[in-house]
Amino acid sequence: MSSISMTVNGKTVSGEVEGRTLLSQFLREDLLLTGTHIGCDTSQCGACSVHVDGKLVKGCTMLAVEADGAAVTTIEGMANEDGSLSIIQAAFQEHHGLQCGFCTPGMVMATDSLLKSNSDPSEAEIRKHLSGNICRCTGYHNIIKSIQAAASQLG
Amino acid sequence: MHNFDFEKPSTVADAVAALASEDAQALAGGQTLIPTLKQRLAAPSKLVSLTGIADLQGISHSDGVLTIGAATTHVEVAAGGYGSLSVLAGNIGDPAVRNRGTIGGSLANNDPSADYPAAVLATGATINTNARSIKADDFFDGIFTTALEEGEIITSVAFPIPEASCYEKFEQPASRFALVGVCVAKMAGGVRVAVTGASEEGVHRWREAETALNANFSADAIADLSVSADGLISDLHGTPKYRANLVKVLTARAVANC
Repeated sequence: MSSISMTVNGKTVSGEVEGRTLLSQFLREDLLLTGTHIGCDTSQCGACSVHVDGKLVKGCTMLAVEADGAAVTTIEGMANEDGSLSIIQAAFQEHHGLQCGFCTPGMVMATDSLLKSNSDPSEAEIRKHLSGNICRCTGYHNIIKSIQAAASQLG
Repeated sequence: MHNFDFEKPSTVADAVAALASEDAQALAGGQTLIPTLKQRLAAPSKLVSLTGIADLQGISHSDGVLTIGAATTHVEVAAGGYGSLSVLAGNIGDPAVRNRGTIGGSLANNDPSADYPAAVLATGATINTNARSIKADDFFDGIFTTALEEGEIITSVAFPIPEASCYEKFEQPASRFALVGVCVAKMAGGVRVAVTGASEEGVHRWREAETALNANFSADAIADLSVSADGLISDLHGTPKYRANLVKVLTARAVANC
């Protein structure tokens, strides 16, 4: 077992983990932050996407011990401080960027990482950035619309 | 996934020492290794992370050679403005994979459909390790096999900068690996053509095309060549004949876009 500590959504947390404990598992089972979803557990679907030191990663394809000392942000850290939806989250709601919602935490994390590096992405750039996030409901059409709306609001 | 011990040394020497224990395995970005462990296709006793070693990071450029630290991530190479190498790195996997995956990890793994081996072989790059320097022509040794000895660590990759180069990838859309990828590089010593994704033997040079392109560097120069389907990969994504055709088509495109 290894002792690890990191900040998650701004709060310092620590825990004892096995070498094989995945970051997604640590977030969900030890910290009870179940907004990070595990869809495929094979690095394909992106539902487990979180930010580690500001970078988009798949929580199921990183060991918890590798995040020791890092700053992690999950979907639980994306809402505004008063608990209202962030611009990106509200845009997904407004433009029906979700149906079942299972992929949405990952979609929101991927969108946030895209808009931080490219404030005015083209449709092609959005689709390329989402290549590691799979949605089986929407056909992506309304996800693209949501991201375009969020981009124009964040401007 | 079977359990394992975890170490994160801060020097190459400490990493080499940690890898000396039985069934220890190096861990770079983990974008292939972690899925492999989940499937229990590997069961190391210990993982030695290479991401905390400062000497394996960073990119430098001098005397016509671009040297990339082994633990440099794909996103860092993609953002560097290194011509076709940056384009290649920016099309590996997806953004989350590019944020973790490293050039050293990709080369040590030598997946038969990986992108980096094509650029390394086409430019005749040198793979530097903790023990020696290995020429690209001597490094790749069949799929998932390289000249690396047990416990040997790639420290950097030195790319001679080509006069012109282009990597054309026909993407397998689900995995985003190359169904076939071809890298053409015009080097001081002549043209080199490297093919990934096609052969059961892994990345390889297409020497007939190199000869033709050395005589006449144009897409027309390879029009009369044919690629044998013998020994090419057959899977649900493509037959050997289909891959053979792709090799020629992508080579012509790469030359045209050089």
